[in-house]
Amino acid sequence: MECVFGLVGNDFAVVAADTSAVHSILVHKSNEDKIMILDSHKLIAASGESGDRVQFTEYIQKNVALYQFRNGIPLTTAAAANFTRGELATALRKNPYFVNILLAGYDKETGPSLYYIDYIATLHKVDKGAFGYGSYFSLAMMDRHYHSGMTVEEAIDLVDKCIMEIRSRLVVAPPNFVIKIVDKDGAREYAWRESVKDATVASA
Amino acid sequence: MSIFEYNGSALVAMVGKNCFAIASDRRLGVQLQTIATDFQRISKIHDRLFLGLSGLATDAQTLYQRLVFRHKLYQLREERDMKPETFANLVSAILYEKRFGPYFCQPVIAGLGDEDKPFICTMDSIGAKELAKDFVVAGTASESLYGACESMFKQDMEPEDLFETVSQALLSSVDRDCLSGWGGHVYVVTPTEVKERILKGRMD
Repeated sequence: MECVFGLVGNDFAVVAADTSAVHSILVHKSNEDKIMILDSHKLIAASGESGDRVQFTEYIQKNVALYQFRNGIPLTTAAAANFTRGELATALRKNPYFVNILLAGYDKETGPSLYYIDYIATLHKVDKGAFGYGSYFSLAMMDRHYHSGMTVEEAIDLVDKCIMEIRSRLVVAPPNFVIKIVDKDGAREYAWRESVKDATVASA
Repeated sequence: MSIFEYNGSALVAMVGKNCFAIASDRRLGVQLQTIATDFQRISKIHDRLFLGLSGLATDAQTLYQRLVFRHKLYQLREERDMKPETFANLVSAILYEKRFGPYFCQPVIAGLGDEDKPFICTMDSIGAKELAKDFVVAGTASESLYGACESMFKQDMEPEDLFETVSQALLSSVDRDCLSGWGGHVYVVTPTEVKERILKGRMD
């Protein structure tokens, strides 16, 4: 089951997601990146139905870029979160997207923020959030160890604690995770935590 | 589990002497899991009118956005704020529009009408209004709230007394409901001021 979680630190926000693409009992690949870089200072970590996940996040990404082209300035994280919620809410009673989203962003005026948006378009600004079966473990770990104003080292340490907990206690624990961070210098990949490496295909 | 019990909520509004109080719990959950303990269920429409929305959080957010939109248009056209009675009719009409695909919300409306007379009402998810002279309740803890309010309510309470009564009724009722709680949010509104207070109750 897909595990996505994230938290807000001192002047950054970090999100982590598992990287396995699964269909019933088969693992298609274990290096699927589920955290999309929405724009220079926003990350969208999505979990749920794979087709909906890719299509919906790309749709949001392109619309956020369109806003920037049309208006010359980027959307704030709050605006992007509300736009995403609006799209999910409009589609909810017609053709719902089964995608749960954690939207992390950094704004110059307001600092880092994390938004919890579930698949039925419930929006809430949070300090720490998680989706999936892994959330039972990661939320508990974060409730215990999180405090506001954590440094990057402390936050990554907490993320690693959550990953260890998921790996040891979840029966269908995903083997690999990707961690991405967003701060004043932008959104970027921070690290991978791999315990199973995909075999490389020999070239023809 | 019913769709109305998906997120968990508790709302109560009570009438005092030329004042009213409206209070809610602070939990946002997804069935058995608690996502946040600072969720706002009560919103201000204008200085003398407050709206609380219990039930499914996504529909509460959508409904709130639609109602604020309608009220802002009304303010532009009429150059004045909506009376609570009028607003209640508006909410009822908007809910009944979706008679065969309703918003899964139960609103609680509380306001000061003409001559500072307090007005409270609630309605079901398809807009059946229930006017009351003393108190109205909504949410997963509504049955406990009915009992608590009925026994604690007195006519013509002063704002300070009203605050105490509403707080005790809310906290004791949510303590008997696993889906609501994690503190309380109380607004006591008189013709001259709005006092917002946060209650700390059993944090479970």
